[in-house]
Amino acid sequence: MAKYITKRVIYMFLSLFLIASFTFVLMKLLPGSPLASAAKLSIEEREVVYEKYGLNDPIPVQYARYMGNLAKGDFGVSFQYKNADVTTLIVKKLKYSAILGAQALIFGTLIGIILGMIAALKQNTVWDYGSTIIAILGISIPSFVFAVLLQYVFSVWLGWLPVGLWEGWKSSILPSIALAMGPIAIAARFIRTEMIEVLSSDYILLAKAKGANWFEIAFKHAFRNALIPLITVLGPVAAGLLTGSLVVEQIFAIPGIGEQFVKSISSNDFAVIMGTTMFFSVFLIVIILIVDILYGVIDPRIRLSGGSK
Amino acid sequence: MTTNMKKLPKDSFERITIDSSHAERISKPSLSFWQDAWLRIRKNKAAIVSMFILVFIVFMAFVGPFMVEHDPEDVKVAHASLPPKIPGLEKLGIFDGVGKLGSKTVNLYELKKVEVNYWFGTDSLGRDLFSRLWKGTQISLIIAFVAAVIDVVIGVIYGGISGYYGGRTDDVMQRIVEVLIGVPTLVIVILMIMIMKPGIWSIIIAISITGWIGMSRIVRGQVLKYKTQEFVLAAKTLGASDTRIISKHLLPNIMAIIVINMMFTIPTAIFFEAFLSFIGLGLQAPKASLGTLINDGYKFIEYQPHILFFPAAIISLLMIAFNLIGDGLRDALDPKMKD
Repeated sequence: MAKYITKRVIYMFLSLFLIASFTFVLMKLLPGSPLASAAKLSIEEREVVYEKYGLNDPIPVQYARYMGNLAKGDFGVSFQYKNADVTTLIVKKLKYSAILGAQALIFGTLIGIILGMIAALKQNTVWDYGSTIIAILGISIPSFVFAVLLQYVFSVWLGWLPVGLWEGWKSSILPSIALAMGPIAIAARFIRTEMIEVLSSDYILLAKAKGANWFEIAFKHAFRNALIPLITVLGPVAAGLLTGSLVVEQIFAIPGIGEQFVKSISSNDFAVIMGTTMFFSVFLIVIILIVDILYGVIDPRIRLSGGSK
Repeated sequence: MTTNMKKLPKDSFERITIDSSHAERISKPSLSFWQDAWLRIRKNKAAIVSMFILVFIVFMAFVGPFMVEHDPEDVKVAHASLPPKIPGLEKLGIFDGVGKLGSKTVNLYELKKVEVNYWFGTDSLGRDLFSRLWKGTQISLIIAFVAAVIDVVIGVIYGGISGYYGGRTDDVMQRIVEVLIGVPTLVIVILMIMIMKPGIWSIIIAISITGWIGMSRIVRGQVLKYKTQEFVLAAKTLGASDTRIISKHLLPNIMAIIVINMMFTIPTAIFFEAFLSFIGLGLQAPKASLGTLINDGYKFIEYQPHILFFPAAIISLLMIAFNLIGDGLRDALDPKMKD
């Protein structure tokens, strides 16, 4: 186990190093000036600013400095936001994204588990088909289409919930639902398959034979065993939530990291783009690592050689 | 027992001779792998309906832009922001060209003295949304299909070499994959698209740059499984070259899994294209794709929801259809479930 974890951590750092280098190279290749009002500055003024941010140093020097700062958790200074520290900026915006992500994850997984259980226990009935249809819709329809639809129906048309911006918990309902569609679908499909497999196993037959009632079989025996493998889908779910957050936050004008990232892309704010990219990558890679290790701990039967994705 | 037997007349029995040559006769016609798969997928109603929907959308994507006299990229400011109007449906009260002007509801076609019909209405620049929708669908489909083919080609070559040659080659190639697999697709796609000029090819390249990894892992796993089997050994003994073994013996066996995977790669690519266009990194106007159309429609959602409705419906239908066909194929091609 220790050997496996060490190996995985080394790969994690290699991946991160690759992403960091790649991001750096791309930023250097990117056309356009990072300064907010570059056109207004004279050549001399621009030189001064470039000197201040070290943009005139040779590329290898800039690269070494960038990597060194990254290792310390320092993502540099935003060019657009009056010299705001990127790390502080990300931390400030993280709150909103984290609330949305956590709500979507918890709500989505719970609903998904319930749907999946119903489908498995009432296999090949209307309930099963209904929950399968919800799962297919959730997997197929892009989260931004859902988000726009929800916004139109509940905010514009019915006027029940705020259209956008962050005005307390009420503002988080629609974006969270839009983001939750993915987790609902993935969890429902997964739990259904797992439950059906578990329900046909010998120990369920034994439980039935010894006269356990339906409720006991479904929850005490089947559900608990079907639930364990669910953590393996946490990786894809997290990736999906992150992708969704970029557009969903934009649609609902939530001042989170996703919205900030999209804004920085259009304004060429290199430091924020690089910082956010690294933040996203670390987030996803660490989640996948934790999931793999957790799964190995919970279920020692899995072969440690193959990582999951 | 014995007494009963004696009472039976002898002539009620007839001796039949068993022709041993018929013992091995196959009573059902011999089916190829794909014929067999077709027999099974035919029972899957969802997959069949999806196929019809898909064929319809693909057909419309290539024929639709020519069904109306309007060009998808033609700007006509005088005809801007018209609601849908389909002749023949007017009496039903839908698609009759009636829309809101301020707070009043009027027939905008009569008001603006527009003689022609725009089936799905026009956008804020007066471009015909019917032809734009199908042109956009066409571009989205092309992007997704080309990206999926690139994924398959690179994935099969990489995974095939890695799995077939094994040893040091496999070690090195898999270490590279393990590092690459940690790189989140989202991050890399956005970064790639930022340095390239926005266009169809940059989107395709951005999507396929990490897309092939999943395919290569699957192909490698399959090649590892099949290469130790007897028919490969037999081919080797007969002196077949590596290229021949891979292309004639291994590839046909893993074709099913490649096809299934492609059915899931295409909707992912459609999604990423729409996603990129939605956050402003996709195609630039006047070019249309499903993503840019949704983005355009979203800007006018409050007063003209129909602009958003059609592309959103098409992308959803496409994604659902591909996913259901993928599911159906997976069930049909899985040899464990043969019936």
